[in-house]
Amino acid sequence: MPVEPLRETPSQTAGPYVHIGAYPSAAGLPVRTQTMPNVAFGPGAKGARIRIEGIVRDGAGSPITDAMLELWQADADGKFPGTDAAGFGRSITDFATGEYWFETVKPGAARPGEAPFVTLLIFARGINIHLRTRMYFDDEPAANAADPGLKAVGDPKLQATLIGRKTARDGQTVYRFDISLQGDAETVFFD
Amino acid sequence: MTNGEFYRRDRAWHPRAHSVAYKSTALRSPRRALLSLPDSPADLHGPVFGHGDLDPLDHDLIRNFGTGGEALGERIVVHGRVVDQNGHGVPHSLIEIWQANAGGRYRHVRDSYAAPLDPNFGGCGRVMTDAEGRYAFRTIKPGPYPFRNNGSDWRPAHIHLSLFGRAFAQRMITQFYFEGDPLIPKCAIVNTLADPAAVESLIAKLDLENQGPFDHLTYRFDIVLRGRRATFFEGR
Repeated sequence: MPVEPLRETPSQTAGPYVHIGAYPSAAGLPVRTQTMPNVAFGPGAKGARIRIEGIVRDGAGSPITDAMLELWQADADGKFPGTDAAGFGRSITDFATGEYWFETVKPGAARPGEAPFVTLLIFARGINIHLRTRMYFDDEPAANAADPGLKAVGDPKLQATLIGRKTARDGQTVYRFDISLQGDAETVFFD
Repeated sequence: MTNGEFYRRDRAWHPRAHSVAYKSTALRSPRRALLSLPDSPADLHGPVFGHGDLDPLDHDLIRNFGTGGEALGERIVVHGRVVDQNGHGVPHSLIEIWQANAGGRYRHVRDSYAAPLDPNFGGCGRVMTDAEGRYAFRTIKPGPYPFRNNGSDWRPAHIHLSLFGRAFAQRMITQFYFEGDPLIPKCAIVNTLADPAAVESLIAKLDLENQGPFDHLTYRFDIVLRGRRATFFEGR
């Protein structure tokens, strides 16, 4: 093993045509094998079915309509199944509104003493290396208060940028999670 | 000995989030420092893809648009090895590929560049690394194209790659360029990289020694994903 680790291949922006490679149907290309990329866990999976949705905004507050988001999460038991890309999802931001959405199950906490969360990555033109954030759940106040990640964030105003707000629509549980890349409402992003 | 945390990303090596010359970054770059947390199970695991997720022609962009015809352009084979920062091959990991056609036009509903679409080219591919982390795909060399940045800036010929590795901490999307392209040092996106060695590491090299079929030029592009530290002592 080398004493000096090799240098990681550097990032470059995913660009405005990220859809061609990551979400071909949005580019206008024929759909391939993975037909429902927005669904991280299908209807057969254990756990409470939820939808996560929101809008991605830039530093002027304008919707970002050319982004691609990835979601990665544990299953309802807090485990990462390691099969069939379970727990992984993709969404584009809508070309008109900047809205994204995922359907999944509510994850369990991955470790004792932690709150459940999903990891979200954001790729787009003008983002030179993908941004990484987490969405926690607002109906987990006790777990959130004890969570080491949220404690590291500290300031409650900043913590609030990481918490999805539970609502209901047509009998479905929906967590609203808006993301701001820059400005007063800037979401906390992780290294 | 390599089951510790992932090496920290060297943010001075990666492109800076805000670059005056690449204008799209102005409103899309966070102003607060990134928060560093210890790795969580979500970082140490990653989505698992299999060869079954791929279609037989996914690694052949000359033919995979499915028209029965072949794409126009300079035919190339791109190959290389995906290793982690400890030099170990990253086996059975998904690479996604997208690019413009030989004229510099993307097959995308939002690309209106004047260069014509190629009826036999989609510009989208996928390949899995083998047990040693090696990969290869066949395509045509993409053309350079203009983009609205500082008047008409031109992108050097490039291919986008999306890499999953074996853990979500290794996730990476990048672009590689082609040896000898005079547009590389002029590009505002390339120049978001501060270190000339970082730029050099994104340039695929002509690999005439490994010339495969008579009618294809071969390029080599090796890739390094994050690796894990050795653990000598357990922390508290």
